[in-house]
Amino acid sequence: MKQESAVFLTVQLLFGPALFSTLVVLPSSPVLAASRSKHVSTARVKMAKSGSSMASLGPVSAPKPLTSDQKVVQVLNRLTFGAKPGDFERVKAMGVKAYIASQLNPSSIAENPAVEAQVASAEIIHKKSADLIKEFRLVIAQNNAARKEANSKDASKEEQAMKQKHIKVVADQIFKTRLVRALDSERQLQEVMVDFWYNHFNISINKGLDHVLIGVYEEQAIRPNALGRFRDILGATCYHPAMLFYLDNWQNAAPGTLMVVPGGSTKDKAKKKGGLNENYARELMELHTLGVDGGYTQKDVIELARVLTGLSLPTRGYWGQFYAVRHDQGEKVILGHKIKAKGAGEIEEALDFLAHHPSTAHHISYALAQYFVADEPPKALVDRMAKRFSESDGDIKAVLTTMLESREFFDGQYQNNKYKSPFRYAMSSLRASGSRPAHYEPIYSFLKLQGQPLYACLTPDGYKNTKEAWLNSDALLKRINFATAIGSANFSSAGGNRALSQSSGQSYDQVLSTVNGGQLSSRTSAVIAKSPEPFKMSLLLGSPEFMSY
Amino acid sequence: MNRRDFLQLAALASFSSLSLTLPGSRGWAYSNGKDDDSSKKLIVILLRGGMDGLNVIAPYGDSQYQTIRPTIALHKSASGGLIDLDSYFGMHPALMPIYPLFQEKSLAFVHACGSPDPTRSHFDAQDYMESGVPGKKSASTGWLNRLVAQLPSKHSPVQAIAIGSVLPRICAGPAAVATVAANSKISKGALDRPRVESAFSEMYSGLNNDIGASFAEGMAAHKTVNQIMASPQDIYSDSDAKEQMIANRGAVSPNAYPNFGKQLATLFRKDASVQVAFVDFGGWDTHIRQGAEQGALAGHLSPLANGLADLVKGLGPLYKDTSIVVMSEFGRTAHENGNGGTDHGHGNVMWLLGGGVNGGKVYGRFGGLKPNDLYEDRDLPATTDFRSVLTVVLGEQMHVPKSALAQVFPGFQANGNVFTS
Repeated sequence: MKQESAVFLTVQLLFGPALFSTLVVLPSSPVLAASRSKHVSTARVKMAKSGSSMASLGPVSAPKPLTSDQKVVQVLNRLTFGAKPGDFERVKAMGVKAYIASQLNPSSIAENPAVEAQVASAEIIHKKSADLIKEFRLVIAQNNAARKEANSKDASKEEQAMKQKHIKVVADQIFKTRLVRALDSERQLQEVMVDFWYNHFNISINKGLDHVLIGVYEEQAIRPNALGRFRDILGATCYHPAMLFYLDNWQNAAPGTLMVVPGGSTKDKAKKKGGLNENYARELMELHTLGVDGGYTQKDVIELARVLTGLSLPTRGYWGQFYAVRHDQGEKVILGHKIKAKGAGEIEEALDFLAHHPSTAHHISYALAQYFVADEPPKALVDRMAKRFSESDGDIKAVLTTMLESREFFDGQYQNNKYKSPFRYAMSSLRASGSRPAHYEPIYSFLKLQGQPLYACLTPDGYKNTKEAWLNSDALLKRINFATAIGSANFSSAGGNRALSQSSGQSYDQVLSTVNGGQLSSRTSAVIAKSPEPFKMSLLLGSPEFMSY
Repeated sequence: MNRRDFLQLAALASFSSLSLTLPGSRGWAYSNGKDDDSSKKLIVILLRGGMDGLNVIAPYGDSQYQTIRPTIALHKSASGGLIDLDSYFGMHPALMPIYPLFQEKSLAFVHACGSPDPTRSHFDAQDYMESGVPGKKSASTGWLNRLVAQLPSKHSPVQAIAIGSVLPRICAGPAAVATVAANSKISKGALDRPRVESAFSEMYSGLNNDIGASFAEGMAAHKTVNQIMASPQDIYSDSDAKEQMIANRGAVSPNAYPNFGKQLATLFRKDASVQVAFVDFGGWDTHIRQGAEQGALAGHLSPLANGLADLVKGLGPLYKDTSIVVMSEFGRTAHENGNGGTDHGHGNVMWLLGGGVNGGKVYGRFGGLKPNDLYEDRDLPATTDFRSVLTVVLGEQMHVPKSALAQVFPGFQANGNVFTS
């Protein structure tokens, strides 16, 4: 029943109510000559490959400092998931500097009570990992027993159904909380940084146990450290059971030791002799710290994997557990740094070493500058951020401050140059229009259709935030269909759109102020000006201007 | 018994000699001058969940086979039993609809095939088979997308098509891939209302940038697909009433999308620029009571085989230039488990159909089912890398040059030509 209604709502949302009773003759077909040539596509593949070490050499053109109004637009674009009506005037009044300072200190900002209520009600994100693991194992065991009894013919169908049920529970609490925070938290920069770090230290809901652990992972490992020290978020993700499971370190053991861990659900696993699993060790260096060109070798991966042997799932509490009997007792050498055998202390030493490595300072600074400034961030800026990273012992707030005080951040070259990710697109359109979904399923469906389902990036590198990753012709049309539904919902008269509630009744002009401070291209303005009033909001939210930020 | 049948797909020698490449205005071109550059077609079908290859192409001639699969093994029988292929391998009877293709030698199988990565996780194994870079989790694009980027193009908006509402991982990347909804013939959104389209087209057509180009590309693909699907003249004469199914989300089981063959064939037949298509099916994770000649596995194989037969029939004259690949992320345990099913394994069987296939044969290095022949005493080993098979399909049947193949499967070096050595 619930499924059905979700589908129905999606259809409602995507198609929207019929807007026009009169049909207008079609213009001639769009000119196809504009299609991207395969040459361009190939070039992009190559560009993408050269990876994170590449930074543009900086502005070739002369600096174009932003006007004070444009600066307000820039901080709202980059420090939030999109401006709400009234934000522009508010930030202009308080001043860009004061706004940045307050967003960098989220605890100084009074939180929206509706957000606090939602967070408090989402029990699953406040639990202990060990308890969630136990509950999950129990459900699986009961399900297996029931299935045998029922003499079921189609195992996969039931497995699927069970998983769907779990995902539903997860969705109701974790997904909704994430969206409510992104939409209405006053601490927008914190939420934006949660998005950044979650993808930096990505785990996927689609990998077994992690579908019950993503909530506690975000709430306990990511969010408290989003504006803190890099070493702290690195440690928190390393010891979190969700990451231990996702990248298989829970199975990483000195060769020959017994695999006696709570995650081993079958006798088969319990008897199995352990062995090295390099998965987490590799990603810890390639993605989380040094970067793919950070100077490590396959030998270093193995050495780090040996350091991490024995760190596995807990029997109680919030964090992973160290099983000394499964730990490799030898000495290890990582990038020339000797680590003497001392059990769990080796992990701390390795994390300290990686967090303080110059490659890490550069890698994290590059990622932040790419997220906040440009797909190919200016090299000089990245270098200054990396320097600040090293000098401040990886203080994220300090690194962001360097970026937010830079000439580059407020240069015209880097305004409206980023293409919105689907998540940002959905959040910004809802924030701008003031509409709030009565049910969140249509939003989940939209994100799935866009190729960015919540918490479901399969690969450990997380969702990208570049135009190359998200500009896709099919997805662009679906964005416009979505925009049409959101826009029309605010104005639809009798009945309205069932997928949306709380239409804010924002006027078109109020919403316009959220888009580049009200500045549109002459063509977009002209098309909107000659369109009927009820259609203007849809056009605005589907406009080329609204795709970028 | 150590059976060593190597692939000899290159009775395709005639094709191979044509695949010498010349640099052309788009980087490369066919050398025979006759081939239309979109005339070679590729259809990839991914079976998600781990199809049990040992009961699809069963090594019934192996003395171990019946022993280790006491309740699920296939048997030869007067009617409804396995279909003998070469007195060692037999085909599941549910595949009867495509048996004629095997007889006329346009259907081949490659056994003990798979990914070199030892993972038994669906999640990782599917990911690797779709990225085409096993073992490297951070590969961000799919190999079909990289292939499309390498194909000479007429800038058709529907050169590559994925069935489903979400672009699958295998199609992810910068090259344009259109999506077509399964089952439903036409998908309509707000942009299908003339006034909406008109306004947005006016806005976007003025953009001289990649976003404007994307919009134009997307509208063109959407309209082309809808035109193809709405055209009154269907290439099938029989009634389409049964084709009206309720659309399912995600990778549906073939039962939920039995008309996939007809839909795909229609797309290819009605628009000559359609060159690459992808479709996936779920429901192959048969841990419990998978059955033998009848049962859960048979229930999935049957609509798949019927759909493939429809597809081949519908492609008609295009079939000779089409390659169809059916694959799954891994095979299953050689031994039946305690629940009348099988668990996650390794090597599996890949299916190849098409005019360029030297079929009527089961290829691959199949080492038998004795414990020592198995990987970790339990699974068929993957003795042929799935990319070896795909490399031959793309290179010899689609004429993709070596330099382009290196982009499609970066870092992969076929260890000799496993098909001819």
